[in-house]
Amino acid sequence: MHDAPLMRLPVGSVGHKTFGWWGMTTVVMTEGSLFAYLLFIYYYFVVQYGRVWIPETPSLRLAAPNTVILLLSSVFVWWGENSAARGRTRRQSLGLAIGLLLGLIFLVVQAFEWRDKPFTMSSTSYGSSYFVTTGFHMAHVAVGALMLACVLLWSLLGYFDRERHAALSIAALYWHFVDLVWLTIFFTFYLTPYMG
Amino acid sequence: MAVADYDRSLELEQSGAPARDRLTHIWEGEPGLKGWLSTVDHKEYGKRYIATAFLFLMLGGVEALVMRLQLAGPNKTLLTPEQYDQLFSMHGLTMIFLYAQPVLSGFSVYLFPLLLGARDMAFPRLNAFSYWIYLFSGLFIYAGFVIGYGPNDGWFNYVPYALTRYNPGPNMDFYAIGMILFGVSSTAGAANFVVTFLRARAPGMSINRVPILTWGTVTTSFGILFSVPAVSLAFFLLWTDRQFGTHFFDPSGQGQPLLWQHLFWIFAHPWVYVVVLPAMGIVSDALPIFCRRPLVGYTVVVLATVATMVMGFGVWLHHMFATGIPFLALSFFSAASFVITVPSAVGVFAWIATIWTGRPVLSTAFLFFAGFIVMFTIGGVSGVMTAAAPSDQQLTDTYFVVAHLHYVLIGINVLAVMGGLYVWFPKMTGRLLDERLGRWNFWTVFLGFNIAFLPMHWTGLAGMPRRIYTYPEGLGWTAVNVVTTIGAFILAAGVLLLLVNVLVSRRHGAPAGPNPWGGPTLEWATPSPPPPYNFAVIPAVASRHPLWERDLRESGEHSSIQRGMALDEGKEMLSTSALDAEPELIQKMPEDTLAPLLTALAATALGAAALVHAWIAAAILALLLLAAVLAWLWPRREMGQISERRHA
Ligand code: HEM
Ligand SMILES: [Cu+2]
Repeated sequence: MHDAPLMRLPVGSVGHKTFGWWGMTTVVMTEGSLFAYLLFIYYYFVVQYGRVWIPETPSLRLAAPNTVILLLSSVFVWWGENSAARGRTRRQSLGLAIGLLLGLIFLVVQAFEWRDKPFTMSSTSYGSSYFVTTGFHMAHVAVGALMLACVLLWSLLGYFDRERHAALSIAALYWHFVDLVWLTIFFTFYLTPYMG
Repeated sequence: MAVADYDRSLELEQSGAPARDRLTHIWEGEPGLKGWLSTVDHKEYGKRYIATAFLFLMLGGVEALVMRLQLAGPNKTLLTPEQYDQLFSMHGLTMIFLYAQPVLSGFSVYLFPLLLGARDMAFPRLNAFSYWIYLFSGLFIYAGFVIGYGPNDGWFNYVPYALTRYNPGPNMDFYAIGMILFGVSSTAGAANFVVTFLRARAPGMSINRVPILTWGTVTTSFGILFSVPAVSLAFFLLWTDRQFGTHFFDPSGQGQPLLWQHLFWIFAHPWVYVVVLPAMGIVSDALPIFCRRPLVGYTVVVLATVATMVMGFGVWLHHMFATGIPFLALSFFSAASFVITVPSAVGVFAWIATIWTGRPVLSTAFLFFAGFIVMFTIGGVSGVMTAAAPSDQQLTDTYFVVAHLHYVLIGINVLAVMGGLYVWFPKMTGRLLDERLGRWNFWTVFLGFNIAFLPMHWTGLAGMPRRIYTYPEGLGWTAVNVVTTIGAFILAAGVLLLLVNVLVSRRHGAPAGPNPWGGPTLEWATPSPPPPYNFAVIPAVASRHPLWERDLRESGEHSSIQRGMALDEGKEMLSTSALDAEPELIQKMPEDTLAPLLTALAATALGAAALVHAWIAAAILALLLLAAVLAWLWPRREMGQISERRHA
């Protein structure tokens, strides 16, 4: 680069330019496809067997508030990341901590929801589809919570600052993805049966 | 660009000997066994991928020869039906999963950073992990086979035959869990290719100056990211159906056997392109070297590559024409399958035009590429015949399909790979393969192949079904089958010749020098074999053919390969913007470590524990897996991941 302008480049894991952030985007693409196939299975069965395939109209009593909880967690994680970019370290940890807590509450409520079901994974293909799909999602929430726990810990250890918080952005990206996936699952399993 | 206090200026430096020594010191791995297991150098893993894939090719080949002996005459009893079932299943899955894709990954893992002007893949540790878990997934499935529980339902593994009711042994579980592990490997590899392609190109290598091989691989990688979840999920659900009584594929309990075929072919049709597009990329990049001119129609070929992959997702149903799907779907998918031949034809025309208008050098590599074009064309024609729903109804599950798939797979994959080996072996080892032996190698492979598989079209038209372990006399199939078996052995001898050539030339071949063929792309600017850091300074690129600029005089600008950023303050790589390849970031690269190997081991052991329902062991292994990943990812200051202000 004989006539390259003498510019200055950031060094190391800075912002959304890092390999890691792009890598997480590919994870989101492939995991997104995984859930697309899980939902494909649901709709495939509905098309094959019709409405009778769904043994009960799912109750929204737990699922609706739980959806709100998960969405709120995304908001707090977003707030945490945003605070990191402004150098507000306290708020950054607080946002992550609340996000993590809400995620864990979601998992507990889901466990109750599972317990309440009158069918099991092995009663019919509806049960299989329901438990495997939501099970996959719960596993993803657990992994996401683990990521949040890690970045929270690193945040408390003072590893991050205004520029250097790539790990935090990466975990946040995954968390938003997991929440978005839940919306599609909620829509499919809980709302479409009400549509007739 | 904001200039913060951690910034470092972009340096312009001439690479002198001291600079090279410093870089070697920074990038070189440890010697000895530990170094061998913990290295993260992409060149090392590229070679390991290729070597491992060739071992699997040999295994699959031996399995095929045994099958051919059994089929050489009517009423033979060399094999029992069950043995034959396991053999054709192992042969198919070995060739497709353990040879055809990994061998291309090997070329790409080796070449990607060199072609793109980078020092390594974006994620060197992930790269090591992909290799290890590929190896272990293969060993896992073969472990089942060795103890007598090989999969016996074909590589496509149809239910309900794959369910416990008909298949009570653990055969299918070995395959299911092994395939999930293999899916992890190809997904990790794909993510790595995508990010390397988008973010690690040399400055100036804008998206329209990238070598076609990398286009083929990155397109394939997107295909993998979207399609592999379908098959991993299918195998996972098969396993829960078999082990936990779910009802996805089980016709009782409102399951649907056809759901298996949908999930499988949504994956497996795109997979056809996964095992050929990078090979087409090899030809598109290497053939022009031997024609002494740039490829005709770079842009069209790239667009055709991408279009093939995208359309590949829309035609999976053509593997299910015989399952009684609705007429409308049949017509639509049949039509779509015709359309998809258009972009493939584009490639053929581009290659022929390149040969036609060039000054071809008839080296061994050129012969392989020419053979590739011939077989690609034959395979394409027989493909069109099966894409037509009415003729497919006749041809499906006959030897016609076997002939077609071998023309496609051997023609497009194996021949391109062998040609590619003749081209890049000198780069990898510093020595040329022997040309005289090479010619023998080519002609035995080419003739053996055609003697074996051309007549097979006829066996198929004469009605011989595939996947039968024997056949009675008097159906008119015997003579053709004898010829086929003889051809198979000639072909196998050809593969052995290649092996001999590789083993002999590795030690005694003629020294190659940096650019034995006069190639135009960046890898030929490095010594053979390249040093651990690939490029002493980060090259800057001004055209599609940096090393041919003087001869082509195609642009006023000149690439700069001797001068550029040195990036020698630790293990460093340049990250550039996705489209225009403007420098954006100096990325710190990770050190060698055993973490990828241990993670892959833990994951495979976890699979084995699940296979035998050892749940406590599985839980412990899952924790170990987590620990290995945490150790791998824990933020490190040398990586520039931690605030320097607090930790200085
Ligand atoms: C010496 C070379 C080869 C010979 C003699 C050979 C022979 C055979 C035979 C006899 C079958 C079984 C047909 C049946 O009973 O239905 C078969 C199936 C198959 N072969 Fe090959 N083959 C060779 C190389 C390859 C290569 C290089 C590939 C892929 C890269 C490949 C991919 C397949 C696949 C996918 C099947 C289908 C397996 C199934 O039905 O599940 N073969 N081959
Ligand atoms: Cu297909």
